[in-house]
Amino acid sequence: MNAFNDSILTLILLVPLAGALLIALLPDRGKLPAWLALITALVTFGFTLHLPAHFIVGQPGFQFEVNRPWIESIGISYHVGVDGLSLWLVVLTGLLAPIGVLASWNAIKERRKIFYALFLVQQTAMVGVFISLDLMVYYGFWELSLIPMAILIAMYGRKDGAKAALKFFLFTFIPSAPLLVAILWLYAHTGTFNFAELQPLIASGALPAGALFWVALAFLFAFAVKVPIFPLHGWLADAFSEAPVALAMVIAGKLGLYSMLRFHVGLFPEQTKQIAPLLIALAVIGILYGAFLALVQRDYWRLVSFGAVSHFSLIVLGIYGLTLIGRDGAIYQTLNQGIMEGALFVLLGVLYSRYESSQIATFGGVAAKLPRAAAFFVITSLAMIGLPMLNGFIGEFLILSSTFTGVSKGWAIVATLSVILGASYALWLVQRLFYGPESPLAAEKPVVDLRINEWIALVPLAVLMLVMGIAPNIWLPSIESSMNQPQTKQTASSPHLALPALAQAVASGKEATR
Amino acid sequence: MNGPLLFLPLIPLLPFAGFLLNGLFGSRLPKPLVTLIALLAPLGSLAIVVHDAYLYWSGALAVPAIEHSAPAWISAGTLHIDFGFVFDQLSLTMLLIITGVGFLIHIYSVGYMAHEEGYWRYFAYLNLFLFFMTVLVLAGNALLMFVGWEGVGLASYLLIGFYFKRTSAADAGKKAFVVNRIGDFGFLIGIFLLLANFGTLSFSEIATKLAANPGWQGGVLTCIALCLLLGATGKSAQLPLYVWLPDAMEGPTPVSALIHAATMVTAGVYMIARNHALFDRSPLALTVIAIVGTATALLAATIALVQTDIKRVLAYSTVSQLGYMFLGCGVAAYSAAVFHLMTHAFFKALLFLAAGSVIHGLGGEQDLRKMGGLRKKMPITFWTMTAAVFAIAGFFPFAGFFSKDAILYAAFLQGTNGKIFWAVGVFTALLTSFYMFRLWYLAFLGKPRSPELHPHESPWSMLGPLVILAALSVGGGWIGIEKFGGFLSPAVGPMPTKGGSSSLELTLSIAAVALAIVGWLIAHLLYFAKPEKPAQLAASVSGPYKLLLNKYWVDELYGAVIVKPILAVSRFLLEWLVEFAILGGLAWLLAGLAMLSGAILQKWQSGNLRSYAAWLAAGAAALLLFALVPWTSVLANFGIHLNLVHFYGAGR
Repeated sequence: MNAFNDSILTLILLVPLAGALLIALLPDRGKLPAWLALITALVTFGFTLHLPAHFIVGQPGFQFEVNRPWIESIGISYHVGVDGLSLWLVVLTGLLAPIGVLASWNAIKERRKIFYALFLVQQTAMVGVFISLDLMVYYGFWELSLIPMAILIAMYGRKDGAKAALKFFLFTFIPSAPLLVAILWLYAHTGTFNFAELQPLIASGALPAGALFWVALAFLFAFAVKVPIFPLHGWLADAFSEAPVALAMVIAGKLGLYSMLRFHVGLFPEQTKQIAPLLIALAVIGILYGAFLALVQRDYWRLVSFGAVSHFSLIVLGIYGLTLIGRDGAIYQTLNQGIMEGALFVLLGVLYSRYESSQIATFGGVAAKLPRAAAFFVITSLAMIGLPMLNGFIGEFLILSSTFTGVSKGWAIVATLSVILGASYALWLVQRLFYGPESPLAAEKPVVDLRINEWIALVPLAVLMLVMGIAPNIWLPSIESSMNQPQTKQTASSPHLALPALAQAVASGKEATR
Repeated sequence: MNGPLLFLPLIPLLPFAGFLLNGLFGSRLPKPLVTLIALLAPLGSLAIVVHDAYLYWSGALAVPAIEHSAPAWISAGTLHIDFGFVFDQLSLTMLLIITGVGFLIHIYSVGYMAHEEGYWRYFAYLNLFLFFMTVLVLAGNALLMFVGWEGVGLASYLLIGFYFKRTSAADAGKKAFVVNRIGDFGFLIGIFLLLANFGTLSFSEIATKLAANPGWQGGVLTCIALCLLLGATGKSAQLPLYVWLPDAMEGPTPVSALIHAATMVTAGVYMIARNHALFDRSPLALTVIAIVGTATALLAATIALVQTDIKRVLAYSTVSQLGYMFLGCGVAAYSAAVFHLMTHAFFKALLFLAAGSVIHGLGGEQDLRKMGGLRKKMPITFWTMTAAVFAIAGFFPFAGFFSKDAILYAAFLQGTNGKIFWAVGVFTALLTSFYMFRLWYLAFLGKPRSPELHPHESPWSMLGPLVILAALSVGGGWIGIEKFGGFLSPAVGPMPTKGGSSSLELTLSIAAVALAIVGWLIAHLLYFAKPEKPAQLAASVSGPYKLLLNKYWVDELYGAVIVKPILAVSRFLLEWLVEFAILGGLAWLLAGLAMLSGAILQKWQSGNLRSYAAWLAAGAAALLLFALVPWTSVLANFGIHLNLVHFYGAGR
């Protein structure tokens, strides 16, 4: 078993790449690339399940760790490992791969070979980001994750893929440059790219604080664009509108959010504390801004992109509240978001492939012809708006309650307004798409309800939404066992905004409690 | 938990199993099997509740029975929330109402929904509702209660929108959910406050802490109470959030009876009663509850005076009666409020079911102006409806008399404010009597006004529940507030009786019944003796009449003051100005800058590094922008103080 534990992460990393090579070598005939991609993705997913099965909950530090010198002359090593933070993200990536293939099954009709090969390369890149503990290798995977994405958006865009790809490319590559500089600066001052060595070195205060501020900012900036958080979200709406659904479901969110936790909060605790108030403010603004904009969108891709800005901002709030529960909630919500977004994109893909319109106004009454798709859509929407007993509620509650009790009552109250706005835009979308009398578009198109591939893609996601809402304790203890870092204590130094009277009353109540 | 087995988890789980079976496989199952599953689930829950009630009354059970070793739900950091249930007199009362009335309405639905498309879907949702409602009342902590609270909202959303092809139904479902979410926002903040100040969400632990610290009054407790109250006004359709309930009548009528009259909408009252130890510590919050309740009771009753849709009249009357319950809570007469909750569940469920029988018999007609003379054609519906009308109007010895009287008496004893509440309350009782007898006359007496309608009596699956509920509407209050209050007092505290006397109570009762008779007489005069009179009256006071007919234009007001401005700000200020003009412009500016610098660099530097250099330059430009904007002072205006000494040098 031990030998397998040592090689499992490498396998998860390389199997998709091998699959991509195989697809590239074999001819582009019929559904052959799709089948190969599906098999590769399923095998990889099977391997990722090995991780939680053998993960030792409560053990601090990294597990399944491999640390071998790679390019010794410049100190780059192949150092991979997972902890509670990355464990489930790797599994999620594994799960979303076959679902992405199934969602592309009918949607991708030409040049399947390129599509599926690049899709699998993208898969390797994402796993690499989650497991790399050598900053240079991490950076390599980070960059690698952008390239297939940009190419596929350009190739398979619905209307103007090239423009969306360029926008995505510029937005995400530009901040990568300072990230590289910052990584090199760290190397120049410490002589290592190794996360495990850098962390204590930075914490010891050996590096000049003024420069570290800029280094930390460069890290943060790259991640903030990738998440994206307000006001850096400009690329997201176009990317959602143009990207094939299999890629749209992974393009935003988890890579950036994970990187924030690992390489910003994790590496630069002091700098994080300084900038946290700004990020809390941006997060709360983003929560409301995204929700307000989602209310007035006429195109469903754009609507879900602003909804996503709102949801990602909530996670950022959990991360930069710097409380233990908020962090748990943020990681949990990142997983939830991956699942909910996955289902949402499969479903929107179902609609787009049948009606070839993303204008909400052209829909109406679709539930009559697509009852099963409608049911899944309603369940997904309910999970997204945080209905208890579905997964979204757990993360939302952990983040908001920890913000309220440990960070700032004012910000928490404002952020909680999202429960009203979120329900408004999500249910309004459901209503305009599925309910009411049939629109001309819905009436004239002869459509079939969910196909078998769509069905297989959606059922596990829906089941997970329910199970993760009822039994979050399957996940939370292992997530919490990543907490061996000193900086995430409960902090009460954050500002109290708004409602000073309430804050005062609460404070006096606290005294009374004591 | 010690003592005999209560099987509490099965009470919600049986309906949940029913939901899963019918929800997943219902479309492929034969109809009788769907019916069987749908009926067995609530019947099983009812049987367990009766079994537990028997254990309680036989003295074999120590209450409150609290599960201490319930399975954990969420554990993170110091936060531990479990699926613990609490069984006491309050939850027992609620469970008997919910499963009892719920089962009757399930039976009724078999007849009522027999020919509807989506029969299985209807029963799946109905079972889902019972699941969440029983979770709500059994919950031993605020978050689990919130689960039920949101869950019943979901069931309500699904059932209001059951006829989803009708735009009005889909609209109403969404409106109900969103308006309820405004209340839930308050509930959530209340939960956060409880967590921050008590460190626990368990009701029993909170009550214990409060009891141990008699000095805690007002302050943060008022904040918590008011937040919870906001939640309660949403779910229980009180001012200012009552607007969703009349629209909720778009759902099938049995749903209106079960969810939007008898059970779900009383959840706010239940929640306040459950947290009475907290509300008792905040006189301010109690006064607010009483004001909200009284004002809602009056406002809704006035609207009900002129409505012409039979279900809308009943909907506004529900809002009004819930106002009475809030008044009861507001004067700390929680057992009177729960007493009225119970009798109201009987007679209001009956009113809706009887109205459903009328609608069913008339082939879907809901307009009172087209009815008339149904007494002969639908005798059983007529007589059961009559019992309900007398009960809601507060006639002795019908059920509503006892409970409404208990609330008004308790209000009267509460100083000057209480006298005002009482006065408004009895006036509202007069209005109630009037609009209910108006409905009664218009629907059942006089001559048929629409010869094209061919009314027929409903099948016995519908009439059976009517008869049982009629019996309860007559006799459901005979236990009297003294015995009922004594039974509930361990759970919700004793009835306030300071300054009262039986002669005073009798006088007030007589006054209330007298006013109810006046209401009846006016209705008799206007809608039976001189049926041409109402139209003349409406014409002579057309201003106020229109005001009432249009429900004070509250929906329009909310639309103009809240919804439209939010949409306008989102579209024009946020989307066009911020998103497109500012952020979009900035993005293109930076992109242009990057390309420009790339082009410049290209001239004097070759090699494949050049594009990287361009990105570097652009990145530097972005960083520069970040550094040049005086973020710290901008943010300081909002109260955020960044500690960035090195940002502008240590000297500043």
